[in-house]
Amino acid sequence: MQIELAHYLLLAAVLFGIGAMGVLTRKNLIIVLMSVELMLNSVNLSFIALARHAADQEAQVIVFFVLCVAAAEVAVGLAILISVWRKRGTMNIDALSALKG
Amino acid sequence: MGLETILFLILAIGAVLTALLVVTSPSPIGSALYLVGTMFCLAGLYVLLSAPFLAAIQVIVYAGAIIVLLLFVIMLLNLRRIEETISKGWRIAGLVVAGLTLFALFMAIVRGSSVLPGMPSLPEGFGKVAELGKILFTKYLYAFEATSVLLLAAMIGAVALVRKESGEGGKDAN
Repeated sequence: MQIELAHYLLLAAVLFGIGAMGVLTRKNLIIVLMSVELMLNSVNLSFIALARHAADQEAQVIVFFVLCVAAAEVAVGLAILISVWRKRGTMNIDALSALKG
Repeated sequence: MGLETILFLILAIGAVLTALLVVTSPSPIGSALYLVGTMFCLAGLYVLLSAPFLAAIQVIVYAGAIIVLLLFVIMLLNLRRIEETISKGWRIAGLVVAGLTLFALFMAIVRGSSVLPGMPSLPEGFGKVAELGKILFTKYLYAFEATSVLLLAAMIGAVALVRKESGEGGKDAN
């Protein structure tokens, strides 16, 4: 069995689906944040697989930028999480229902 | 089976298993530790895909910085597992949406697999620091500078968000 691009893309799709499942079914804010990280990483994997198979390094540079955005996202996400913890005293997403009509 | 195939299978199975454990683990600490495993498996896959610099960055930034930050927050806030009462209907809806996303991606990949490129031979230094740096500091120079502003904004934003509010003992009274 030869490993081809499609295998890497399928693996990235599976990881993305698992991350989406975590975002949609978990109620713990910090685990939701980690699931988002998982989804970002699966997209990075498909970028790098495509870079290898198109012999184009620019896709790898894009991954570099995605990493920067992910780092910023985690920093701000954790700050929001801490202020939610201070205001509501819980990590449950259900505590954030102020916009519910 | 070649060595590359075996390595791919091991790393792929490891990544999927740890990812499943991340989203199903009841405690946040467990999730964070399994996420480290996923990141290491992905870094291994990056090496297989001739991206050694990004593999190093993946380990340093994710396993080294982001997960440590997550673990610090979990421990400082003393977070434990919370009661996750999610109604059955919503849980099934979430699984269906995630499954449909997965199915759509699968179909797109399988139907397009005939036009996917094969394994071309790579130029010298592909994925190494020098080559990536050349692209980063010429073609993507403005984007690179913009990232520095983004990181600064994220840092200031994080500090502003977690700052103690007035009346809590801080000397800033606004």
